[in-house]
Amino acid sequence: MIDPKKQAEIVHSSLKRRYRKERRFRAYGILAITIALASLLVLFADIINKGHTGFLKTTITLDVEMNPEVMYLEDPTNREEVRMADFVEPLIVSLAEILPEATEDDRNKLRGLINPYASNQLRDELVANPDWMGTTQTITFLAHSDVDVYNKHQGDEAYSIKLSEQQQQWVDELQERGIVETSFNDVFFTSGDSRDPAKAGVLGAIVGSLLVMFITLVLSFPIGVAAAIYLEEFAPRNRFTDFIEVNINNLAAVPSIIFGLLGLAVFINLFGMPRSVPFVGGLVLTLMTLPTIIISSRAAIKSVPPSIREAAEGIGASKMQVVLHHVLPLAMPGMLTGSIIGMAQALGETAPLLLIGMVAFIVEIPEGFFDAATVLPVQVFLWAGSPELAFIERASAAIIVLLTFLLGMNALAIWLRKRLERRW
Amino acid sequence: MSMNMNMSMNETIVSEATQPQEKAMTEKVVVEETNAQSAPIEEGKTVGKPFVENAKYKLRNVEVFYGQDRAIKDVSLDIGRNEVISFIGPSGCGKSTFLRCLNRMNDSIDICRIKGQIMLDDEDIYHSKKDVVELRARVGMVFQKPNPFPKSIYDNVAYGPRIHGLANRKSDLDDIVEESLRKAGLWNEAKDRLHSVATGMSGGQQQRLCIARAIAVSPEVVLMDEPCSALDPIATARVEELISELSESYTIIIVTHSMQQAARVSNRTAYFHLGHLVEVNETNKVFTTPEHGLTESYITGRFG
Repeated sequence: MIDPKKQAEIVHSSLKRRYRKERRFRAYGILAITIALASLLVLFADIINKGHTGFLKTTITLDVEMNPEVMYLEDPTNREEVRMADFVEPLIVSLAEILPEATEDDRNKLRGLINPYASNQLRDELVANPDWMGTTQTITFLAHSDVDVYNKHQGDEAYSIKLSEQQQQWVDELQERGIVETSFNDVFFTSGDSRDPAKAGVLGAIVGSLLVMFITLVLSFPIGVAAAIYLEEFAPRNRFTDFIEVNINNLAAVPSIIFGLLGLAVFINLFGMPRSVPFVGGLVLTLMTLPTIIISSRAAIKSVPPSIREAAEGIGASKMQVVLHHVLPLAMPGMLTGSIIGMAQALGETAPLLLIGMVAFIVEIPEGFFDAATVLPVQVFLWAGSPELAFIERASAAIIVLLTFLLGMNALAIWLRKRLERRW
Repeated sequence: MSMNMNMSMNETIVSEATQPQEKAMTEKVVVEETNAQSAPIEEGKTVGKPFVENAKYKLRNVEVFYGQDRAIKDVSLDIGRNEVISFIGPSGCGKSTFLRCLNRMNDSIDICRIKGQIMLDDEDIYHSKKDVVELRARVGMVFQKPNPFPKSIYDNVAYGPRIHGLANRKSDLDDIVEESLRKAGLWNEAKDRLHSVATGMSGGQQQRLCIARAIAVSPEVVLMDEPCSALDPIATARVEELISELSESYTIIIVTHSMQQAARVSNRTAYFHLGHLVEVNETNKVFTTPEHGLTESYITGRFG
């Protein structure tokens, strides 16, 4: 035995070293958090910096004269006539009036300022308002995507400006006169994909993602929770259930593209389901999400204090009643958190969906589970790989939308957990 | 001759004591010492008066195994109607295990096996056709740690009647809740906060709530597993008072570590030692004139 005096000395001399160790340990922790936060900050700053212009559009407002002779159109209610009519010419005529210095040879250059889809817009509006015929209307059109790029990225070396010197001068002039304007890009949120960057939007991808998520949630949550409850509460402990447990844990670590291959082989080739549809996407993501949900739900069930179980059993609750009345409500916050984390993972998943054909170019906004669709991350993938520079900012903007969805889901998870959490 | 027999008995007991892992070394030593100075336990033979007329529970040759370990060794005992019987004994002697056999709480432990006969009102509760839910509705239980559900006070008490369908109308249920809380001596404290969360109450109140919850289904027997071990002396006194009141209408079986408590609340006392039921008798006899040497050693504080 050490005598007390000496003991005090030894303890005292070691104190300094202990505290130094503690301070060092704390410093490591702060350093780690700082690095993590800094990387996150850089990531967000980069995406927002690149993507914020995606939320802006360039428009051009023209006074269009609905001249029957220019348009070769007498009666806008006659579909045949509308089909044959010229809706491009009135736009160019109107532009030429604003820019008197443009000669007859500059027609193509003038045309290069207006979006190729502007004529469709004019046609649709005229068909909707046949009484416009013969009058002059002020209509706002999308500018050509080259104008859009020039407008937003003048002097940015990453972007090459395709407009000619003269066109650039015109755009500057029109901007001064308030004819070319920059405004919030509502097109981005109201239309599907397009070959023209100025017309391309994420609505189709958002709807596709929501449809896929719905299928995934509706299938994976009940199946996952039921499997977890059975394995945790009812299944006997034997080799077979051990084997199942090991396999579930392994499945959680399987690369997601394997699930895509499985979906392709089983759902599409074997069962003959259609390609590119949210239903099959949802099935594939269900398979991918199930292990996560089962594992987190089992952990949540395990964390229910045994005293509550005993209390219920002691009163004479049957196994089922114990589970439904006590275990499940107490485990629910944990289960939901795990499920939402799994769902968030599924929302950001690209690889398995590529294999089942959800990578197709789809303009239409899907209306059901069996309409061809794509999802947000795949849309990002498609745009990021596009040769047109105007799509790069769209891709970044779509990433911002995707991140917003993910943050929303995480916020929902936290809110649900706080709401359902009960203390004991 | 008798000396020889005693010697051999000693040896068997010591070797048994070394087998279960739970038994601490100190306890083994204690057993050797006490055996050296007093009469040994004869397996299956209980000193005192284990049997009574017109018993509620009749237990014959009960043995409980945890895997290979024999936790309860050939115990036979009668528990009378409306009596309070307390089980005492050193830690790990099997008294809680034994108590949990009485409403089959050990069912959920896979490795636990039970041999022998446990008759409640002449029905074997371990009979394959006997439903455990029905049994537990007749035999309520209060646990060591207060374990109210994380629900309101009302819902805690009403839970049993609800699942067993004992009340058809809301007013019936209200009556049951009030009566149970009154019996548990909690009504005055709880009547104004029936719908607040039960886990917000003090430990003593929570335990009385658990007792109210147990008696709300009108059981015939109430098992209590060290109900006061997590409570302070004042709360303990209240619970003990309550046990005395409840004994008028229920058979109460209580496991306790406090010999004073056993002496205060129970009519009969059973002393367990290493899975053996050593001695059962009227409480005052056990505490004043114990017949078995081990009982005497325990109650005089020589070990335990």
